[in-house]
Amino acid sequence: MPVRTLVVCCPDWPVVAAGLAPTDPAIVLHANRVVACTPAARQEGVRPGQRRREAQARSPALQVIERDESRDARRFEPVVQALERFTPRLEVCRPGVCAFATRGPSRYFGGDEALAHRVLTTVQQQLAPGWAAHVRVGVADGPFAARWAAHTAEPTRVVPPGESATFLASLPVAALERSELVDVLERLGLRTLGQFAALSPADVVARFGAEGLAAHRLARGLDERPPALRSPPPDLLVAAELDPPAERVDTAAFVAKTLADELHERLERLGLACTRVLIAAETDHGERLERCWRHESALSAAAVADRVRWQLDGWLNGSAAIRPTSGITRLVLMPDEVVAATGRQLGFWGGETAVADRVARSVARVQGLLGPEAVTVPEWRGGRGPGERYELVPAAAVDLTVPRSVVPPGAGAAPWPGRIPPPSPATVPPEPIPAEVRDRMGRSVVITARGLATTDPYEVRFGGGAWLRVEAWAGPWPADERWWDPDAHRRRARLQILAGGRAALFTVERGRWWVEAIYD
Amino acid sequence: MVGLAERVRPVTLAGEQTLPVLEALVGLLPGGALRRGSTVSVEGEAATTLALSLAAGPSGAGSWVAAVGLPSLGLAAAAEVGLVLERVVLVEQPPRSAWGSVIAALVGAFDVVLLGAPHRVVGSDARRLIARSRERGSVLVILERTVPGGTSRPGGLEVDLRLRSGAVRWEGLGWGHGRLRARRVTVEVSGRRSANRPRQVTLWLPGSDGEIAVAGQPAAPPACVHPSSVRVDAPLTRAEAG
Repeated sequence: MPVRTLVVCCPDWPVVAAGLAPTDPAIVLHANRVVACTPAARQEGVRPGQRRREAQARSPALQVIERDESRDARRFEPVVQALERFTPRLEVCRPGVCAFATRGPSRYFGGDEALAHRVLTTVQQQLAPGWAAHVRVGVADGPFAARWAAHTAEPTRVVPPGESATFLASLPVAALERSELVDVLERLGLRTLGQFAALSPADVVARFGAEGLAAHRLARGLDERPPALRSPPPDLLVAAELDPPAERVDTAAFVAKTLADELHERLERLGLACTRVLIAAETDHGERLERCWRHESALSAAAVADRVRWQLDGWLNGSAAIRPTSGITRLVLMPDEVVAATGRQLGFWGGETAVADRVARSVARVQGLLGPEAVTVPEWRGGRGPGERYELVPAAAVDLTVPRSVVPPGAGAAPWPGRIPPPSPATVPPEPIPAEVRDRMGRSVVITARGLATTDPYEVRFGGGAWLRVEAWAGPWPADERWWDPDAHRRRARLQILAGGRAALFTVERGRWWVEAIYD
Repeated sequence: MVGLAERVRPVTLAGEQTLPVLEALVGLLPGGALRRGSTVSVEGEAATTLALSLAAGPSGAGSWVAAVGLPSLGLAAAAEVGLVLERVVLVEQPPRSAWGSVIAALVGAFDVVLLGAPHRVVGSDARRLIARSRERGSVLVILERTVPGGTSRPGGLEVDLRLRSGAVRWEGLGWGHGRLRARRVTVEVSGRRSANRPRQVTLWLPGSDGEIAVAGQPAAPPACVHPSSVRVDAPLTRAEAG
């Protein structure tokens, strides 16, 4: 039987933390994608996951704010502190969502319903008036069901004990939040969790493996993993003394990073991964601060270090009521729940992910030196000219650590009539170079409306160089682009010309010749 | 026993010190691979394509490639040569003062750094850079090319290997018909240490099937003719109407 859990959910936390009102159309952006939006923006069609441009097209007056995870955690800290009145065993899943087991508190406060209402009012008092109406509280068996109870709550929802499976049955399979699995299930015709839960576990394991089994257990209203969680060996606790006491977040966070690495290494040696970690700090005056962070999948060393940093940020830069009276002298990380490390496998040769991390850091350093626009990565656009097929987007707009595909599947095969066949020129100047192409009589070569050269090219000159005799040429490849739009309409013809031993791609537009690219 | 030793040999050790290259370029490089920490300069008529094909091998094997100060790099050509564009990052030309720090930041994370160096690199900067790339195991590929309207020479950087593309011969282009299909390029290799004896290799860059391949023996007798003085023949006018 899963642990009866209460989940408090403040939707759109990143926008709440940014200090915006629900009535402002605003988004929080990370890597050019919307991570959260206000209800006002949502009403205009903005959704998380959209690109910045898409969102701005739907809502032109949109206010755009960059994501700052430590701001999210810092602003959530007062809410968590207020909830500590109910139970000391609080778990923060991520800023905006936290959970606790209801067994003790529920009996003390007179049942799940009463507890849920008290929690709701407590959280509402901590928030700006506009956002109070958006808080949701759900109670159910197990954190997964409780989270969905909170999602569907108005504003509280208590699923009676033992009825979690029935409650979950009507939810769509997308609630599992495993996009690949959900895609397959939907194609198999399993649209709700109930239909998925009705399958026999043996069949699910045979077809989808351990990952599928975990999802199936969730769908049946059970815990993701069987309850036989190992209790962590006591020697897994890592601690560091800080001398002199750390008053600033960056000093403490630096120590936290080393601690997180150490913890991760120890767990790895035991073949374990941590899904819940307890962060504790002690101050010079004997104050003790503790917080539990939980994650659905295993927490990596970087994820633990991030959470410690957010937490310390929340304490040290929080309001006067929660701020410790002196610097932090001792920092402790304790894995609270560990599972066998089976699910995470890095690149086969030990480190494609590590390389991508290194690349991302190095890119960030160069951006710091030259400005964010100085570093770009190619992205497929499609087009006829050699310089039009790919465009360069700022590296700041993409997450380099996530594998991405530059050419969308099938894009290479899309027809671009009038496209120059490969091999493509290796040099494509950002601006075409003015050029002259003339025939034997010294007149400029003209390409007719039918795409034919009136006379053969005889000599060419470009970039202030000397006249070069044409040795061979081919074309023209006419391109009549965007004829439906009078402003963007372009008529061009391209010629491959070999002159002076060097091949180049010449373009003529409105009677003027340019060198568009050089084959070198 | 010998067979067994062959099999249990620690192959990764050698792989750690070199980066794989395209099959056609194996004969070009001493040891048949790019040695990590080395500096290569590429110049001549087909320099850009040659530099891209040097980077294509490591890129295909999972390395990241950075191109600094090459705003006119043909990305379509890069992809055709075999560069994996998902792992390519372009950095705009840094000002002279920041040049050294930018390259130093890239070396280490990127296995191959393509440089289009327009500034004359200060001696101390160059030494520091080479020491760093040696320590971090990255390969610097310096593209010394003649662009219309001026020449660019980085100078100052002492290179381990110098590739110079000489005689270039295009095929497939006729008089008003055909298209550029294949290119025969004679590449001269010279360098220090193991590569101190100049060699010549003729390559299809690319061949008519789009692949880079070795094109048999060089047409000119080696080492007696300087490649840049080889007269470029008139292209074949054999029509392949395409």
